[in-house]
Amino acid sequence: MPNDPRERPPDSSREPSGPGDGPGERAAGSEAGHTPVPPRRTPVPERPRQDPERRRAPRGGTAASPGDALGKPIGRRVALGIIGAGVVGVVAGRRIGDGVNALIRPLQQASGGIGSLLPSTDEWVYYTVTSGYPHESDARYRLTVDGLVDHPQTYDFSSLKALPPTHLTADFQCVTGWRVPKVHWTGVRLADLLDRAGVQATGRALRFESFDGVYTESLTLDQARRPDVIVAWEMLGAPITTDHGGPVRLYVAPMYGYKSCKWLKRIEVTDNVIPGYWETEGNYSVNAWVGRSNGRNDPPTE
Amino acid sequence: MIPRPSEASVAAGRRSGGGPAESQEAVPESEGGPPASEPSRRRGIVRFDRVERTAHWLNASLFLVLMLTGLALYFEPVMALVGRRRLVEDIHVYAGIALPLPVLVSALGYWGRGLRLDLSRLNRWIPDDTIWLRVSFAERRRRQRIRNQLRLGKFNAGQKLNAAFTAGAIVVMLGTGVILRWYHPWPLSWRTGATLVHDWLAVAIVIVVLGHIRFALADPEALRSMIHGRVTRAWAKRSAPAWLDELDGPPRQ
Repeated sequence: MPNDPRERPPDSSREPSGPGDGPGERAAGSEAGHTPVPPRRTPVPERPRQDPERRRAPRGGTAASPGDALGKPIGRRVALGIIGAGVVGVVAGRRIGDGVNALIRPLQQASGGIGSLLPSTDEWVYYTVTSGYPHESDARYRLTVDGLVDHPQTYDFSSLKALPPTHLTADFQCVTGWRVPKVHWTGVRLADLLDRAGVQATGRALRFESFDGVYTESLTLDQARRPDVIVAWEMLGAPITTDHGGPVRLYVAPMYGYKSCKWLKRIEVTDNVIPGYWETEGNYSVNAWVGRSNGRNDPPTE
Repeated sequence: MIPRPSEASVAAGRRSGGGPAESQEAVPESEGGPPASEPSRRRGIVRFDRVERTAHWLNASLFLVLMLTGLALYFEPVMALVGRRRLVEDIHVYAGIALPLPVLVSALGYWGRGLRLDLSRLNRWIPDDTIWLRVSFAERRRRQRIRNQLRLGKFNAGQKLNAAFTAGAIVVMLGTGVILRWYHPWPLSWRTGATLVHDWLAVAIVIVVLGHIRFALADPEALRSMIHGRVTRAWAKRSAPAWLDELDGPPRQ
């Protein structure tokens, strides 16, 4: 509507009528080019600016140039630009993140300590659903296997470690995007624990309980019997620390991290799958195969 | 330095008072220097009033707490050293929620007139600001020569960029922080994105804050004015000539 009388003129031509209209404002907003350019001004570098408005602005204020209370609202644009970029980053984050990780990975590996200051999504993020990290000493730790079994078992830490160990190296993939490559685990196969307890014919699934008192998880018996599903007491060559779910946690290599119940206290054989904490609270997939659930397409962990 | 032809006449011609001078609580030094009896802290002109200084240092303290706790939450060696993750996390979250408060509370009341005026100055760019910024990476002597010809207002383009970046960054960090802390309502992909944005912007903030401190240390008088509030007229003439003109009171309609 070019003839609409209400149409506002562009910023620059509006400024001279603003408050504090002084001799300098006209120069600041001038498009007519009547600014007296000081003689023999050293030419400024020819770096092109992104903002055409800025390029059009006359170079240099006049002697009567106003204080900076007047001028173009570049500050607001910069701030809004940052906010806009932030929103784009949140919404498109997963794709950008993958690119960024690929870019900085060599940098991180090359520079050691400093490189690890660079954010990436291939580092551990610690989650707990309760306030704080539940702690249990090795001496007081107990793991119970019960439910639909012939011989319910209770292990203390040393009797668990006395079982034949399994070593496993796989990536740890979180459903929120981060992935720690090549984590080494030591533990006992969950299948071995089940065999020792003797699963009854009616048993179809497992329910895992954490000693944080809140978190639970589930697996079908078939999933639980895979060789890459272990009850672990060592990760990365050391005892599992409290924030990683120590002293004993579940590790389900082919599934997203929320399946790998931390602070494992109880394994109960049930007659059907009882969805775990995130599967009810967070609406996550119950069958949490990496790359084939939760609407994600991450590569396999091994 | 090439003096502007009319610079002297402007300085001489604008002594009529009025305008924004009062709102700045300006106490112009008399031309012959202050009388001997005048306490030295009254010398010079007010660059930042008490509200602005308080807001700045509260803001700075919160940033410091956030950066330190952030480092302890996220950088493995510090993480191992500090421990007590849950407590550190809580401090980080509460400091983050408090982050916008110093500026908002300072700006919103009747006491915030000086801050509001300065915020609008930080927002507005005159052409000289663009030039100032453009020569940032020029060779030092050339940069000095060009910058000496400019007539900047109260803030230079670096300060304006710093303020705009900080304002935008506070909003983004707060928003992504909320998504990270109260993650239930958000889709997974947003949480991934929020983690990415929060982490990378944190690195950018550390760099900008370090730059801010470096520039402050390079100009002790400006730094002191964030503590005591005042700068000398000589400083203003050198660093913010257009602001000085403004304080000296151009007649305004």
